Amino acid sequence: MKTYYNPEDLKKFGSIGELQKSMADKFFSYYNEVFAEGALTAREKSLIALAVAHALQCPYCIDAYTTDTLEKGCDEEQMMEAVHVAAAIRGGASLVHSTQMMNKIKEISM
Amino acid sequence: MKSLKAQQHSLSDPTVELDVLEQRHPGGTEGHFHHFLERIGMYPLRPTALEIFQANLGKMCNQTCKHCHVDAGPDRKEIMDRDTMSLCLDVIRRERSLNCVDLTGGAPEMNPDFRWFVEEIRALRPDIKIIVRCNLTIILANPRFRDLPEFYKENGVEVVSSLPYFTAMKTDSQRGEGVFGKSLEALQLLNAVGYGKEGSGLTLNLVYNPSGAFLPASQAGLEAEFKKKLWDRFGVAFNSLFTITNLPISRFLDYLINSGNYESYMEKLLDSFNPAAAAGVMCRNTISVGWDGYLYDCDFNQMLDLKVAVPGGVHLRDWDSQALSTRAIEVNNHCFGCTAGAGSSCGGATV
Repeated sequence: MKTYYNPEDLKKFGSIGELQKSMADKFFSYYNEVFAEGALTAREKSLIALAVAHALQCPYCIDAYTTDTLEKGCDEEQMMEAVHVAAAIRGGASLVHSTQMMNKIKEISM
Repeated sequence: MKSLKAQQHSLSDPTVELDVLEQRHPGGTEGHFHHFLERIGMYPLRPTALEIFQANLGKMCNQTCKHCHVDAGPDRKEIMDRDTMSLCLDVIRRERSLNCVDLTGGAPEMNPDFRWFVEEIRALRPDIKIIVRCNLTIILANPRFRDLPEFYKENGVEVVSSLPYFTAMKTDSQRGEGVFGKSLEALQLLNAVGYGKEGSGLTLNLVYNPSGAFLPASQAGLEAEFKKKLWDRFGVAFNSLFTITNLPISRFLDYLINSGNYESYMEKLLDSFNPAAAAGVMCRNTISVGWDGYLYDCDFNQMLDLKVAVPGGVHLRDWDSQALSTRAIEVNNHCFGCTAGAGSSCGGATV
């Protein structure tokens, strides 16, 4: 069955340079620098990436950063807490807009 | 859980395992491990000076861990007898470059001649490092094992113990229900006699291996986290943490195949091939002895029945130092496990 997402495609990520090499090279160079040890550890960055992957609901990224966080020594509890951070921000982003709704209610109500 | 052997599972046959490793290798023939060594000028792989004598005292164990490359368990009865141990002692006496005797299993303590063997080694070579790969739960398995911490201490034995994680969920899923709690109790008993305590001179090292089809985290980072968590939560101290990569052998191979992870795991190992790790593989300074006295390049080759390539010298009774020191080490695709990333050995990362 044909699907839009194929796990095998994740391995082809590097091949995006076939159609635009210099931009791809710049992107991957930037990407690698972003995830290197820095003021944040590579492990912390991996957990952030896992949370963002869930916020963006990117199956490739979820695959990649589930494995990566495990390989950085994170456990399931920490990983699920990271996903809850994503969920809380997503949920909060909806809910905080309700202040706009409440403003409008006030504006047009007697 | 029964051993693969007791289940008469096809993967309890080393020829079937080797067939999987060769025929289902994602790298194909060109991606065979020996080609990777050729490309960096390391094939055939030769030994360095012999430093470690690793003796597998038997496949008998009180645990049946899901990832065990030995296929050890309570239903395995193959153990080293005293005559074979005596042959080991002859070698330990003669080979002066040896600085470490590493005792493994199964649970080596279940061998009825274990204590005799340790005392004999200590008497023969007062300065040599003796390592026991203790699964921890054995100390609590029966009252007769309860004094093992004191026994280790009296004989200056270094204890190396597996603890896959500092939580019950991950530890028990790999090593069996209730193993985490018992392991902590055993660690506390070892701490109580001085093991893992600064200044005691009694070394207690832990081994981490991933609970699944992924590579271990960085050894230094994980060690710091293990130290903090085990101390804060349980008051347990230890010296070093060794990270070990799971090799595609026996039960872990069975797991990889059944879970559909075999190809992707092997691809990951291939992609992570590190020439520096290849130079530091443990088989170069180690000889591994099976329960029946046969000689291997490492414990993994032992389980795959790949004996040392020394014609006429594959058993302890035919020990030939010269031939062993110039042999070509047997390699196959399982060896990618020791050369991936930061490298892996019985002493942890090698890079």
